[in-house]
Amino acid sequence: MCGIAGIIYKNRSGSVGTVGRDMTNMLQAMKHRGPDSTGYALYGEPNDLLVMRFKLADPNDGHDFSYSLRLARSRREVEARLSKIGATIDRVEGESEYAYRATFRYEGELKPLADYVEDVPGAEVLSLGYSLEIIKDLGDAETVAEQYRLDAFHGTHAIGHVRMATESDVDIAGAHPYWAYPFSDVAVVHNGQLTNYHQWRRRLERYGHRFQSECDSEIIAVYLAQSMADGLPLETAMKQSLEDLDGVFTYLVVTQDQLGMAKDEMAAKPLVLHEGEDVVVLASEEGAIRAVMSQEIDSYDPYEGEVMVWSR
Amino acid sequence: MEQVVQAPERDGTVATKPGRYDVRGLAEPDAVAPRTAIVSGTTAELDAAELSTRQINLELRRLLTEEGVSDITVRNPRARHSLAVGLLERCRITIDGSLGYFGCGLIDGAEIHVTGRVGWSVAENMMSGVVVIDKNAGSLTGAALRGGDLVIRGHVGARTGIDQKGGTIIVGGNAGSMTGFMMQRGRQIICGDAGNGLGDSMYDGTLYVAGKVASLGVDCVEAEMIDADNELIDRKFRIYGLDRPGEFRKFVCGKQLYNYDTLEPSERKLVL
Repeated sequence: MCGIAGIIYKNRSGSVGTVGRDMTNMLQAMKHRGPDSTGYALYGEPNDLLVMRFKLADPNDGHDFSYSLRLARSRREVEARLSKIGATIDRVEGESEYAYRATFRYEGELKPLADYVEDVPGAEVLSLGYSLEIIKDLGDAETVAEQYRLDAFHGTHAIGHVRMATESDVDIAGAHPYWAYPFSDVAVVHNGQLTNYHQWRRRLERYGHRFQSECDSEIIAVYLAQSMADGLPLETAMKQSLEDLDGVFTYLVVTQDQLGMAKDEMAAKPLVLHEGEDVVVLASEEGAIRAVMSQEIDSYDPYEGEVMVWSR
Repeated sequence: MEQVVQAPERDGTVATKPGRYDVRGLAEPDAVAPRTAIVSGTTAELDAAELSTRQINLELRRLLTEEGVSDITVRNPRARHSLAVGLLERCRITIDGSLGYFGCGLIDGAEIHVTGRVGWSVAENMMSGVVVIDKNAGSLTGAALRGGDLVIRGHVGARTGIDQKGGTIIVGGNAGSMTGFMMQRGRQIICGDAGNGLGDSMYDGTLYVAGKVASLGVDCVEAEMIDADNELIDRKFRIYGLDRPGEFRKFVCGKQLYNYDTLEPSERKLVL
């Protein structure tokens, strides 16, 4: 089933809000749609440092005697490799037992850097960008928010996802949102199934892209980011995706300053939308929107084949 | 039902209220009506803010069957799913706010007024009664409706009146794709535009559309409006205080799918 949610602030002073807390409230209200794992793609205030979220082990991994030793060694290796490829590390913080947040200055191409880091045993780059930070883990929204201290996260916009695993394992690799590896600051959450996944995966692999998971949703992120890199505006790329992707889907996509939604031509997956004066909120269920809007609001379901994009 | 288990949490703890399920997956099997409604004569007011879905429905049923109340106002529904369902009494209920999915389903005889918006599958399988929604509705509005009037003053999503078997659905705004999909009886009056595939695979029944129709579905054809059609629309609009948007067009089943045709189009060409 899965539940997706998105929020973008407008017209506020700097359009910044308590995006971590708001997204947690929305996702917790949809816990019944996906209790397996919860994921966030949060956009902090833009700065000139690159932010990389990565993990070095999975919560399902066994804790043998050398577990913490192995993590410490992998972490040192990641830091060494960042320096070696030319990045000036600002700081590396442990966000949980196995997930980390690194900030650094780096001028070169992102793909060699991400590839080089992922080559470390157990390492997976969850997100990389100037303001995008992807946090995903097992459990409901409150559990993940507490683990990663998301209440303190201030930012401009976000998407989130609660997952009910149907076709792959319950682990972090299978959880949404997906970062559009290796394009900075693009992420996607998706509710539905793609039926031409393998076709698109092969097609994108021939472009030189690599995929972190076996999940069909990941190709949406890479597909859109590739289209944008080819020069298309986000909205055009999304409209084209309705033609190119088969299956039933409602997806949300975020870039550094935009949030977009697209719904397939069957309108088979739900999405409720509220466009307020200073905020746009979307979610699979109205209850999630109510969790962040205290006053009485107007909301509606976008129609089939609709694509909408908001800028902050 | 004897064995009450608690919904397991991922971290190994058990949930406190609500979220209790029995072995069959029935939610909160030991819930009782909270008796928090304020009753005065035959009217009552219920604040649903702190109650679970099951408690709200139990309280509504208690008011109707035990307290002899016939007019209830529900405050703070907070867009929760499955509220005001399975009501089999003649009564008047006002829901001050919005509902989630499957609101007002399986009712027989109730008159329900929702001042907000509703999610998917509102009034599904209504046998008789009236449901009026002041704002928009999601997809599958009035699914398998069997009787009564369902009035949405705003827009509705896709597949309105799927499998409709009777009754009347009135939409003040636009309707999405596949409106009247597989409908078998009853009628829909749509004041705005209708999306692609209007009346796809309908068996019977009537669709009236005042706005543009994006495209017709399989075996749906336009028919001629007669006086009786206009009288019906005018009568319904008078009851609910709606303005008639102008001329309606009427769409019915073409009945070409009633008999299975074993010939593919290419074969037919060959044979004839």
